[in-house]
Amino acid sequence: MLQQVGVASIENLFESIPENLRLRDRLNVPAAMSELELLNRFDELAARNQAARRISFLGGGAYSHYIPTIVDHLISRSEFFTAYTPYQPEISQGTLQAIFEFQTLVCQLTGMDIANASMYDGSTAMAEAVLMAERVTKRSKVIVSSAIHPQYLEVAHTYVQHAGIELEHAKTDDQAGQTLLDSIDDNTAAVIVQSPNFFGCIENVTTLAEKAHANGALLVVVVTEAMSFGLLKSPGACGADIVVAEGQSFGVPVSFGGPYVGLFATREKYARQIPGRLVGEAYDNQGRRGFVLTLATREQHIRREKATSNICTNEGLIALAATVYLETMGRRGVQEAAQQCAQKAHYAARQIAKLKGFSLPYSAPFFNEFVVKAPVAAADLLAQLANDQGIDGGIALSRFDSNRPNDFLVCVTETNTRDQIDALVAGLAALVQNRS
Amino acid sequence: MITKVTNHPSQNEQLIFERSQEGRAGYSLPPLDVEETSLDEIIPPALQREDDLAGMPEVTEVDVVRHFTRISTWNYSIDLGMYPLGSCTMKYNSRLNEKVARIAGFANLHPLAPEAEAQGALEVIYELQQHLAEITGLPGISLQPAAGAHGEMTGIMIIRAFIDARDGKEASAQRRTMLIPDSAHGTNPASAHLSGFTVKTIKSTAEGLTDLDHLRELCGHGDVAGLMLTNPNTLGLFEKNIQQICRIVHDAGGLVYMDGANMNALVGVARPGDMGVDVIHLNLHKTFSTPHGGGGPGSGPCCCTRELEPFLPVPRIVRTDAGTMDSKSQIPNFKLDFAYPQSIGRVKAFYGNYGMILRALAYTLTHGYDGLREATEAAVLNARYIAHGLISDYDKPFAGDPMHEVVFTDKRQARKGAHTLDIAKRLIDYGFHPMTIYFPLIVSGAMLIEPTESVGRQELDQFIEAMRSIAKEAVDDPELVLNAPHTTRIGRLDEAAAARKPVLRWKPKQAAGAA
Amino acid sequence: MANVPDNLHYSKDHEWVRVEGDTAVIGITDHAQEQLGDVVYVELPKVGDEFTGNDSFGSVESVKAVSEIFTPIAGKISETNDSLNDEPEKVNKDPYGDGWMIKMTMKNPGEVDSLLTAAEYEDFTKAEE
Repeated sequence: MLQQVGVASIENLFESIPENLRLRDRLNVPAAMSELELLNRFDELAARNQAARRISFLGGGAYSHYIPTIVDHLISRSEFFTAYTPYQPEISQGTLQAIFEFQTLVCQLTGMDIANASMYDGSTAMAEAVLMAERVTKRSKVIVSSAIHPQYLEVAHTYVQHAGIELEHAKTDDQAGQTLLDSIDDNTAAVIVQSPNFFGCIENVTTLAEKAHANGALLVVVVTEAMSFGLLKSPGACGADIVVAEGQSFGVPVSFGGPYVGLFATREKYARQIPGRLVGEAYDNQGRRGFVLTLATREQHIRREKATSNICTNEGLIALAATVYLETMGRRGVQEAAQQCAQKAHYAARQIAKLKGFSLPYSAPFFNEFVVKAPVAAADLLAQLANDQGIDGGIALSRFDSNRPNDFLVCVTETNTRDQIDALVAGLAALVQNRS
Repeated sequence: MITKVTNHPSQNEQLIFERSQEGRAGYSLPPLDVEETSLDEIIPPALQREDDLAGMPEVTEVDVVRHFTRISTWNYSIDLGMYPLGSCTMKYNSRLNEKVARIAGFANLHPLAPEAEAQGALEVIYELQQHLAEITGLPGISLQPAAGAHGEMTGIMIIRAFIDARDGKEASAQRRTMLIPDSAHGTNPASAHLSGFTVKTIKSTAEGLTDLDHLRELCGHGDVAGLMLTNPNTLGLFEKNIQQICRIVHDAGGLVYMDGANMNALVGVARPGDMGVDVIHLNLHKTFSTPHGGGGPGSGPCCCTRELEPFLPVPRIVRTDAGTMDSKSQIPNFKLDFAYPQSIGRVKAFYGNYGMILRALAYTLTHGYDGLREATEAAVLNARYIAHGLISDYDKPFAGDPMHEVVFTDKRQARKGAHTLDIAKRLIDYGFHPMTIYFPLIVSGAMLIEPTESVGRQELDQFIEAMRSIAKEAVDDPELVLNAPHTTRIGRLDEAAAARKPVLRWKPKQAAGAA
Repeated sequence: MANVPDNLHYSKDHEWVRVEGDTAVIGITDHAQEQLGDVVYVELPKVGDEFTGNDSFGSVESVKAVSEIFTPIAGKISETNDSLNDEPEKVNKDPYGDGWMIKMTMKNPGEVDSLLTAAEYEDFTKAEE
């Protein structure tokens, strides 16, 4: 081959690179490993992740739900996971139809008109919603609830720092655990609220929508626990203009934080302002129905610096996993799983509230996450619980707010058995008793 | 003879909603094992869902399996054959990497698990950081960005933060220009815009390289914050004046950002850090083989010089050698470090697309120092071979030797009426995915071809023969090319009609027009 | 060959202007719609919006491209062709007739004289190729 292309040696292929830049020594990376060695290495690394083996009540933006066996099986089909972005529709109809189904499912769950083919995750979807609100209303102030996931708020601040958009934090009611909306005015592009919020509390979305609209602002609802769509009134039905969510609860393993999938849905009138890819129905000259990437003129490869977003690659295969999950669980399964989450969480909350010294500080209704106030420092308590009982009982809020040393966030899903919940309760009781 | 690799055993498969039958279920959950309270007591009725999820599908497990199995057969994929897509680096997606990503100790690890219980996971991030630093020659790394465009945005924000800190807010406000070549990927100007920069385009020379005179001129106004460059560029040509380019920009007070999507020509051979580049992003879903998944997930690490390190996103994953786990054997301790007051902030929740980080580390370790370099050499040789094979039939606009990708145009074929789009569609009938078309924008009728190292000689020859055959068809039987593809399940779709009246979701009682 | 009617004024951004009393009717030329391909969407301003000369008043989208459209002269929008919302293909089929985009009350009626004539526009498009 070298002869055919007219070079004497491999070295000659790189002649256009100045000599002083060409590496003489080999890269300082390990030598190649065989499959066996590689698997041993990764098994050893995985073994040092004890938390993966613990009984878990961890939520806070990532949720451990049951994943039906066929989800991984179907997304592992070569034709799905080794396929490229569907720019050539004639040979990508599998991917395109799956995305069309995904978009439909997201609309059904969120109660909105249009949904895109995915964003990176819930946090960046929310940041993009901020940018979209500014585009649509041409106003530069966005009110964000301080009960939104702290990491989501951080990401939003990063995205807007040079965009000329001001983020104002709305406080929460210490009793209810819900957002208080005071300072909305006609310079407000949007009000953004998470429901259920970071503390697990369900917000009064309909009321917030009315207040936002009365001032000409959009209401953006953020959802981190997508399973809540199976039980709670949809944000669309409550009056939301944009809904963004983390879809990880639908058939995606927690996998130390990624890859996840951002859901983004809005009203029909904003179709040309929505970021991300969109798949639409199309017909060929024989009248056969197919699907195609459409409204591409919003995107970076055409509109470049005036694009609705710079996003190119999104979370295709993860969106497919969510699609397979939602179709497998279906209309009944999503509702049943959601109901089990709520019932088990409320059972756990009742049992914990009975413990001496423990209380539930917030009065608002919740879905499957709730805050517990312990009589001792939560971080230490939880660490001991993990060590002694093999249970990760919750997330210490001191991790996010040093003013809340005794509070922790508990999440219960349909995968937590009654025995596990009882063990959590007993474990907490025992530890506190031993200290007093 | 046309040799084809795709077939379509399933001609008809409706949308899942059109197959739905009330009462069917595809799942099983254990019965509720706690005392059931009335739903109204735990969730006020006004907050409950009222629509019973009407419209969501009710199908059995076998329905779902058949549905997705059937529609999957409509897709082309890397496992089926070559994608000569320029700039996309469609290399083999190792099955071993898939196995690694699914190890329970990683897949079931919650991101907010206490650090002490996730040491293995943190070590993976740390180790990949080290290897990418070595490969790029840039020591500062963040694996947080979820895709190339995200990594770009991160890199440009870092430039902005650095200039703000170096010059102060007022002086920095005078430096709002980002220089971008006319051949750049669309994400480049879009990302620059997010950091408050305005874009000025730099011309290319007749050779297809950055016009140094134009660069000097644009750098002479004192308003340049930086240059965004792809190297090798999107024409597949190495910017041989890269060191000079970096000097010009640095002398003018700006920084150099490199779009590292095209690292497949450089790994083990040359390092952006040595060239003078200040910050780069990588696409793990390109050079590092993580699968494209039909459009993602990706991962776009951002690497930078020591000077720019303080501005990287937080948290950073660092190593302290105070062994807490087992002080006898001094196992290192990996931590999340938030103590970077100049950081641009977080760009994503948690730590990045962790599953892709795992796969990329597995790729790196599978190849090792020899394998990584060999992959680069093979990638360039393969592209050179294709360039050589097609030059007799297609117009090659630039004389320079291509690196890992090569660009041709439809100039010769267009004289007879067959354009790039038609050639691309006809290639489908030969069993290949089309090459990248109409990019870069500076080449009219561009066809950008990148075989990668994952293609053997036979397949390269097959591709060259197919292209030669199409060139002949364009003259002898143009209708064949103009109406291609002929062998797919559906033909060319009316995209204009789709864009005029967009139908972006299924609705109940919607006419099922499936063939 | 693209059609270039004689009785119109033209701009270098490929817009045409037809004068009807105080009003200027504006659209994009046949050459422009040919370059663009099948038009899928037209973004138009609101009635009452005011523009100076060479201001962007909206955009035209095809499947693969988007172009801004500019007012060649100054004025105030008196009417917009809203039928283009449902039938953007009119821009392709009849760019000088049914495909008109906006009507403006001209700020300076004499301004049209500084625009290109049909012959000048034809030369201009030939030179661009």
